[in-house]
Amino acid sequence: MIVRLVQRIGILLASLVVSSVLVFAFMAVLPGDPARVALGVSASDTAVAQLREQFGLDRPLVVQYFSWVKGLVTFDPGNSYISQTAIGPQIADRLQVTLWLVGAGMALACILAIPMGTLMAVRHRKPSGLILSALSQVGVAVPAFLAGILLVTVFAVGLGWLPANGWTPPAQDPVMFLKQLVLPALSLGLVQGAMLTRYVRSAVLDVLREDYLRTARAKGLRPTRALLRHGLRNAAVPVVTVLALHLATLLVGAVVIERVFVIPGLGSLLLDSVSNRDLIMVQDVVMIIAMAVLLVNFLVDIIYLVIDPRLRAGAS
Amino acid sequence: MSAPDTKSAPDTKAAASAVPDVRRRRRPVTGSLLVGGLIVAVVLGMALLSFVWTPHDPTLVNASARLQKPSLEYWFGTDKFGRDVFSQILVGSRTTLFVGFVAVGVAAVVGVPLGIAAGMAPRWLGELLMRANDLLLAFPALLLAIMFAAVYGASTLVAMVAIGIASIPNFARLIRGGTLQVMKTEYVTAARAAGRGPFAIAVRHVLPNVSSLVIVQASVGFAIAVLAEAALSFLGFGTPPPTPSWGRMLQESQEMLSSAPRLAVFPGIAIAVAVLGFNLLGDGLRDRFDPKLEDRR
Repeated sequence: MIVRLVQRIGILLASLVVSSVLVFAFMAVLPGDPARVALGVSASDTAVAQLREQFGLDRPLVVQYFSWVKGLVTFDPGNSYISQTAIGPQIADRLQVTLWLVGAGMALACILAIPMGTLMAVRHRKPSGLILSALSQVGVAVPAFLAGILLVTVFAVGLGWLPANGWTPPAQDPVMFLKQLVLPALSLGLVQGAMLTRYVRSAVLDVLREDYLRTARAKGLRPTRALLRHGLRNAAVPVVTVLALHLATLLVGAVVIERVFVIPGLGSLLLDSVSNRDLIMVQDVVMIIAMAVLLVNFLVDIIYLVIDPRLRAGAS
Repeated sequence: MSAPDTKSAPDTKAAASAVPDVRRRRRPVTGSLLVGGLIVAVVLGMALLSFVWTPHDPTLVNASARLQKPSLEYWFGTDKFGRDVFSQILVGSRTTLFVGFVAVGVAAVVGVPLGIAAGMAPRWLGELLMRANDLLLAFPALLLAIMFAAVYGASTLVAMVAIGIASIPNFARLIRGGTLQVMKTEYVTAARAAGRGPFAIAVRHVLPNVSSLVIVQASVGFAIAVLAEAALSFLGFGTPPPTPSWGRMLQESQEMLSSAPRLAVFPGIAIAVAVLGFNLLGDGLRDRFDPKLEDRR
């Protein structure tokens, strides 16, 4: 177990280093001078040189890389080339908004997927199971932003029940916060839930064929009780993996949803920075998202080790 | 990166059961394969038709025909610029398929040799290659495409390459699983004993036996590419105007939701149906190549 853990931490650190080199190198090959891009084509050479010096762009690339990494590690990534404001607080504020959205989306996806997937597996040869299966197939095919547009059309524009867009921090107005969170969270949750449903179905189907479930039934347990007591725990192993991997997908999916619902999250910050050619901000936000994906994947492995004793035994 | 470890087991399992199928009895055509194949054929037919015929010029701005409702002249109505929605949907299918073909092509051209090499290499080297491959999973298609767009500007080419690169890990991991299975077979041992080199074994024995996996993954990859292209165009980082694109049609429809919600409905249905078609086709092909899944359906 310990060996496995150390191995995983080593892999995580190596992955973080390599991905930071990739992101930095990718932005460094940018055609043109970032300082010139920030100041515009009409800026004088002196002003451009001053900005280059101010942001350390005149230093060798290796020095720039280590300075950037130091900024990320110490949570002080410096200032934006364009707005000249501190990047750290902006990312922290926006990340908070995105995490609300992703958390709510994931919660809805689980609420939808776990019972639906189990039902689909238990009734996989019956018409109700087939209908649910077909519905989940359609759900997988609908992109989250399309679901968002349709939900806005029905519940905001048509029925007027919920606001079509906007964001209010929970501390400012909890009721408005919840009202504004419902549609974006549903857009993410419904689509992710449809995907997750298929994995839950598959995992439960696997478990239903296991000998220990047959034994539990033979000992007199009713099918539902046998499944709840012995089946779902075992089906949880692959589902937790997929759940965590979907968390990474949700984080990226939130980029589009934030645009649909005009939510000031990390995705909006990234898109605005691309439009403004605020490249240091793009570089930081991309790295933060990549780090989040790597960290989630690392946690999946750890959870995997914790919930499945067979893996622990295998590791030792 | 660590998570793909957990994913590798099902991938390898799927590969293991699918690999020897080229010599197994062909299974009957399933409903998924039939419906998926039919939808994909219709989308392909629409794309081909758009080369020779569209009811109207899809890019023609016509102020006198703004926001027309569906009629005999404009089957799906017109948008706020007076452009025919049906013609845009037809030409949009061409854009979607083009992006899908190139993205899946990029992913397969890099991912398949990488997967085979990782499967045939010594274990430590194979693991190392897979770790490097998995690192790409930290950059999902959308993120990679936005990064590319920040550096090179938004274009269809940038979107295609970014989606393709982001899809490489899926191909490589699946093909490596298949290759590991093929390498255990007696005919590969015999080929080695007969003095065949690694390249000859890869081309003559491994590649034909993992081709079914490539086909299945290509279909699934197509669905992912359609979704990614639509999302990118929706955000303004995909196909630039005036070339019609389903994602951008949706983006343009957003401001007209209260007056003309149908503008969102038609491209929305087109995206969902195309993705559904490729997903069903992928499922159907997997069923056909993998008899172990038969009783699950």
